[in-house]
Amino acid sequence: MLNSVLVANRGEIARRVITTARRLGIRAVAVYSEADEGLPFVAEADEAVLIGPPPPAQSYLDSGAVLAAARRTGAAAIHPGYGFLSENPQFARQVLAEGLTWVGPPPRAIERMGDKINARNLMAQAGVPVAEGTAEPVTSADAALAEAARIGYPVMVKAAAGGGGIGMSVVRDAGGLRAAFETARTRAERFFGDPAILLERYIERARHVEVQILGLADGRVIALGERDCSVQRRHQKVAEETPSPGVDATLRGRMLAAAVQAGAAVGYRNAGTVECLVDGAAGDFVFLEMNTRLQVEHPVTELVTGIDLVEQQFRIAAGEDVSFDEAAVQPHGHALELRVYAEDPVRFLPSPGTITQWEEPAGAGVRVDAGYAAGNPVTPFYDPLLAKLCVHGPDRDEALARAREAVAAFRITGPRTNLPFHADLLASREFSSGDYDTSIIARLRP
Amino acid sequence: MAEVRAEMVANVWKVVAAEGAEVSDGDTLVILESMKMEIPVLAEGSGTLTRLHVAEGDVVQEGDLIAVIE
Repeated sequence: MLNSVLVANRGEIARRVITTARRLGIRAVAVYSEADEGLPFVAEADEAVLIGPPPPAQSYLDSGAVLAAARRTGAAAIHPGYGFLSENPQFARQVLAEGLTWVGPPPRAIERMGDKINARNLMAQAGVPVAEGTAEPVTSADAALAEAARIGYPVMVKAAAGGGGIGMSVVRDAGGLRAAFETARTRAERFFGDPAILLERYIERARHVEVQILGLADGRVIALGERDCSVQRRHQKVAEETPSPGVDATLRGRMLAAAVQAGAAVGYRNAGTVECLVDGAAGDFVFLEMNTRLQVEHPVTELVTGIDLVEQQFRIAAGEDVSFDEAAVQPHGHALELRVYAEDPVRFLPSPGTITQWEEPAGAGVRVDAGYAAGNPVTPFYDPLLAKLCVHGPDRDEALARAREAVAAFRITGPRTNLPFHADLLASREFSSGDYDTSIIARLRP
Repeated sequence: MAEVRAEMVANVWKVVAAEGAEVSDGDTLVILESMKMEIPVLAEGSGTLTRLHVAEGDVVQEGDLIAVIE
């Protein structure tokens, strides 16, 4: 096993990784920006290194500063968490070139899946279903119009190098396409440094369902069930659950097999997620993209399988077997994750501020992965995720009941939070019925 | 006279309008960025943008004056 790891991330995910590292006897090194000095992950690490000022480009995205911290502390490995440097193949190569262990997939797999156009083409070749769309970058509004006419409206316009819903939009007719294309292009350039745009057929009333995969040290790829991530605002996830209420055993079997195929096609190792759109009406699915890292919502999979995914990441990175019998994985019960964001619960606008009160719910089946505590400032520099409130129950109804109680018991004052939205979501007939899709928030907050 | 103030702590990403310009109700004056989200600040009323208090890269606090329209 590895003897030490530097966690190149912040907030709840840094804390999450540090917890498992310490449980396994791996010395955990945190890096932090000036804005995050008082956060729990810094205190809980065995060692912590200040790597720069608050803006991400000068701290968490500064690969030179992260690698210097690794050298200084003698860390043997780097775990990137999600976001920041996690899907940057150049960084992964630098880590390996330094003689360190990269707790993630091979750089080549990150690269091949990182460009969404390339990933789509690759998946189509591997026999994984993809939506009708562009096989090459769309470089002008005129070309976008021609492609959209071929694909058929509505279409989704997105950045090939994108993530986090940035620059994405649904266009229903030719009239709106030019503006959507220009917006996507500007944002793609600004946020991802790559203006490549793709168009894809948009599926109405779709569910967003993803499959957790693990590429094992011996080269096999396994799937650990799905997660339904259809509750989204601004194309960003707000709540997730497993199993998906919209996926039956037959569809699940096909999706898991396709996800394994997707991973095998790029020689995948370590934890990854294959995202799909499920067309409920047709009982079918298409490949959307692959996230070549640990996913934010991984805890729901952990709750139903009893498997610590971060532990498996460390084991695979060290060339060891996973800790469980792959043939005998049997998910139990139902799990939900509610993302607690520092934002107002109606318009979902950011709400930074200092936390004056922080009381987490506890009880049977409740797990809170928190990045903050009372007294911590929540700054505008990073994403608004404060904590992930996760619940597990023997069935969906029981999990929902526990979630309602836990939401009511979670007290955060200082920044406004979306906890009141979660209470509304859990009380809504649509979510409770399980029959919902990616437009559910638009209906709950018209 | 209408004062336009920041709704939240944010970084000033882009200044769209220029001091002295004629603006109409709903025009984008400035784009703020907070928690990885772009937040356009709009003109509340039409008139001349007599004062623009922020520059790109500034950090504004909730309630800070951004612009004055007369």
